[in-house]
Amino acid sequence: MGLGLLALRATRTTSATLTRFSSSSPISRVPTISSFIRTIISTPELQKPEASAATQSDPLPEIHPPRTPLGGARVHFTNPEDAIEVFVDGYPVKIPKGMTVLQACEVAGVDIPRFCYHNRLSIAGNCRMCLVEVEKSPKPVASCAMPALPGMKIKTDTPIAKKAREGVMEFLLMNHPLDCPICDQGGECDLQDQSMAFGSDRGRFTEMKRSVVDKNLGPLVKTVMTRCIQCTRCVRFATEIAGTEDLGMLGRGSGEEIGTYVEKLMTSELSGNVIDICPVGALTSKPFAFKARNWELKGTESIDVTDAVGSNIRIDSRGPEVMRILPRLNEDINEEWISDKTRFCYDGLKRQRLNDPMIRGPDGRFMSVGWREALALVAEVVLKVKPKEIVGVAGKLSDAESMMALKDFLNKLGSNNVMCEGNGVNPQADLRSGYLLNSTISGLEKADVFLLVGTQPRTEAPMVNARIRKAVRATQAKVGYIGPPADINYDHQHLGTGPETLLEIAKGTHPFCASLLAAKNPSIVVGAGVFEREDKDAIFSAVETIAKNVKAIRPNWNGLNVLLLNAAQAASLDLGLVPESENCIESAKFLYLMGADDTELDKLPNEAFVVYQGHHGDRSVYRANVILPASAFSEKEGTYENTEGCVQQTLPAVPTVGDARDDWKIVRALSEVAGTPLPYDTLGSIRARIRTVAPNLLHVEEKELPIFNAELKPEVSQKMSKTPFGKAVENFYMTDSITRASKIMAQCSASLLASK
Amino acid sequence: MFAPAARLASKRLLEIRQIFRQSPSQTSRSFSTALNYHIDSPDNNPNTPWDFSDTNKEKVKDILSHYPSNYKQSAVIPLLDLAQQQHGGWLTVSAMNAVAKIIEVAPIRVFEVATFYSMFNRAKVGTYHLLVCGTTPCMIRGSREIEDALLKHLGVKRGEVTKDGMFSVGEMECMGSCVNAPMITVADYSKGSEGYTYNYYEDVTPKRVVEIVEMLRRGEIPKVGTQNPQRIMSGPEGGNTTLLGEPKPPPCRDLDAC
Repeated sequence: MGLGLLALRATRTTSATLTRFSSSSPISRVPTISSFIRTIISTPELQKPEASAATQSDPLPEIHPPRTPLGGARVHFTNPEDAIEVFVDGYPVKIPKGMTVLQACEVAGVDIPRFCYHNRLSIAGNCRMCLVEVEKSPKPVASCAMPALPGMKIKTDTPIAKKAREGVMEFLLMNHPLDCPICDQGGECDLQDQSMAFGSDRGRFTEMKRSVVDKNLGPLVKTVMTRCIQCTRCVRFATEIAGTEDLGMLGRGSGEEIGTYVEKLMTSELSGNVIDICPVGALTSKPFAFKARNWELKGTESIDVTDAVGSNIRIDSRGPEVMRILPRLNEDINEEWISDKTRFCYDGLKRQRLNDPMIRGPDGRFMSVGWREALALVAEVVLKVKPKEIVGVAGKLSDAESMMALKDFLNKLGSNNVMCEGNGVNPQADLRSGYLLNSTISGLEKADVFLLVGTQPRTEAPMVNARIRKAVRATQAKVGYIGPPADINYDHQHLGTGPETLLEIAKGTHPFCASLLAAKNPSIVVGAGVFEREDKDAIFSAVETIAKNVKAIRPNWNGLNVLLLNAAQAASLDLGLVPESENCIESAKFLYLMGADDTELDKLPNEAFVVYQGHHGDRSVYRANVILPASAFSEKEGTYENTEGCVQQTLPAVPTVGDARDDWKIVRALSEVAGTPLPYDTLGSIRARIRTVAPNLLHVEEKELPIFNAELKPEVSQKMSKTPFGKAVENFYMTDSITRASKIMAQCSASLLASK
Repeated sequence: MFAPAARLASKRLLEIRQIFRQSPSQTSRSFSTALNYHIDSPDNNPNTPWDFSDTNKEKVKDILSHYPSNYKQSAVIPLLDLAQQQHGGWLTVSAMNAVAKIIEVAPIRVFEVATFYSMFNRAKVGTYHLLVCGTTPCMIRGSREIEDALLKHLGVKRGEVTKDGMFSVGEMECMGSCVNAPMITVADYSKGSEGYTYNYYEDVTPKRVVEIVEMLRRGEIPKVGTQNPQRIMSGPEGGNTTLLGEPKPPPCRDLDAC
């Protein structure tokens, strides 16, 4: 009703100005009148904004220059006949049928203010900020919920639209506290920005503002519910994307509030994203609370390494400290979400760091030494042992350059026992299709039946899980799961726990085969946890049989996928980090751990000399004889390949800690001291070396799809064991040295995993 | 020249003074509903088991049969109502969870509905829940005195239950009996969902409501509807004043005369 009144008033004033226009002669008489009036009222524009807007606007229709669509708005015509033409402020745009008015405006390059509308969530239409005027419509129209119709004349800068926005803004600010100076959203707040751009400079509300009890959503999300403007973005995110229906809109009228009703923590691995989608400061980051202002931070566009997805992130730093991590838009990988582990692991970068090279003395204690001494000691030992007894292990977080350097160095010494964690014994590195997510992450959306074999994507790769959930929600894709009982947040059938079920499906006797056979784009996802099993070749051959039976591999669709666990895995297999002998660690005399903390060291002989090169004092440090401090992913430039074979690079955001150096530089320096210098000493030349081994690792932000398929693999005669599949990730929040050092991740595993 | 500025300043000053004058008396706005979040208590926590009784399970089936099987969630309001009648007039968290389970939605979707509608009570009410209409016509006709009389007689505050658990008093918005204002409604949960009644008592006076309460306490059911003996339903006091005779036929226009 209020809006209708506003609109009525606005039309009345415009018609008044129009009559004034028509009565006066066309030659510039109006300005003289207004300049005459100016002696009485200093700024007439302030008193009558519509009048000034009317004087400024050109009454003649002009030829509109082409405009650029906003925010990467793209028009995709599935059917050219579905194109309709609408006019946005007189500018004609062609859009496909079914687009909303707001989307049409975006294509036309007009930004419509909004709070509740989010292009990845369902439309709610409850904030009313996106009101625009549509010709022949009696009142302003909520553009986010209104489908565009052919020939619609949308007006976004008329007095009615302006007044409507101003009125809505006044209502929104009525109950919004004036605590911007102490609000963490300050500076990046939609409400702040839009009230500056579209709001009035005064309000008429003189009552008391309401206050709302803050909710406890766990250790990650801080709530100040009084600031909430009830846009319900968080409710829709939790329901639609995160798949944990905990949040809801409770009560009504001015007593309305967001909450869980029964006190409950938000036990989602994507809960941090509600911080980003909240347009005000109601949901903010708890670890980042009162730490910094966003304009003090330097953003560095980088890549996440805590899982194999390689989510695109922005590392916000102030001086030498990483203050927070935010997602970056990448439609093919993480859309605009990141997992909680990615977002909040950064405090692990400040704890447990290795600063100086250290040597374990005869008393079992570490002494800090200089690089020269440490490298000299390592070189001395490495030259004493037999080449066969030298073993190198690259860790989960290693970049391609350092793995290349490590492999070249050990090869020069005569050893070929270089491996990467998580690949198991005898990894299959010959066919790229055998270890990559061949459907690609965004391609998973096209799949209509999923078969998850020994993988829990929710803990192994939350972004991949979000894609599967998206497919399940959008197209009712069926999901069959083989593995231990797990918390899967979409409709699925638990087919079994062990490889027997896999054999049944391969033979075609399992009831799930019917849906697999009926599928257009079947997608089989095998977890990288299977790599660690003795009978992995038999499992992979069973999976390949299934893929062949259900025609999952076709020229235009490859549905046989491996979901990797670690950031280093894909690149290490591309570079051929395959150990020569199966149990090299048991006979090793010299073990070079490059950030490897999850390698079983129990079988290592006691007299073996262990060098730990890494950035955190984690598990392997207890066994190390020499520690060489390296830089973490936030401090170096490194190449990583994600699980779908997309190559991306990290960029240094902060300086390294103490005396630490980049991984490849340490290996290069060691090779010099050991008398077998590697033939490269710049990042460029080491990449030139990588080009000779795996040229795809230089095509940054590109996916090199595997050419050869599994059909080329030799026959296997391995027996399949009856051991059921295990969980590859026990604790989602603590998987590597950075996350294990993080206090926030420790709090998460304590409170969130306990409440599950 | 300075007149407009001075006028503006004085107006502003007046406004500011007015705001300051208001603030001590008006400390908070009152809301009609109770808390929008749940606090565990011995008789209301998610761990107490709750289920529909056997007779009500039949009713649940009947209610669900009104909706297509893929729109089970449409049954949320009738099912909550049934659960409230069975549970003596209020909904515990476990009752709402039971409803959520039946209609196969997340519990929060049921909590959203239950918190939205003020006729769903999420705190304990008396066996007889007395609802006083507080909307303008009833207020003008003295609903405040009626509420005061009830509260004084029962010795409770609004929203409280008497010690014997028999009565509680609440406020309702317009129930459509403005012509018989003021009025109260008695929700009777004494006989479970089978004998549940929701009766209107109209044209009440502070004296009459106390009588009604006493009759209910004795187990009698007072006469429903208007309490004014001189009125028949919503007719005028002392009998009809208009339309007394047979209605005349409509006058026939003499078209030729026009």
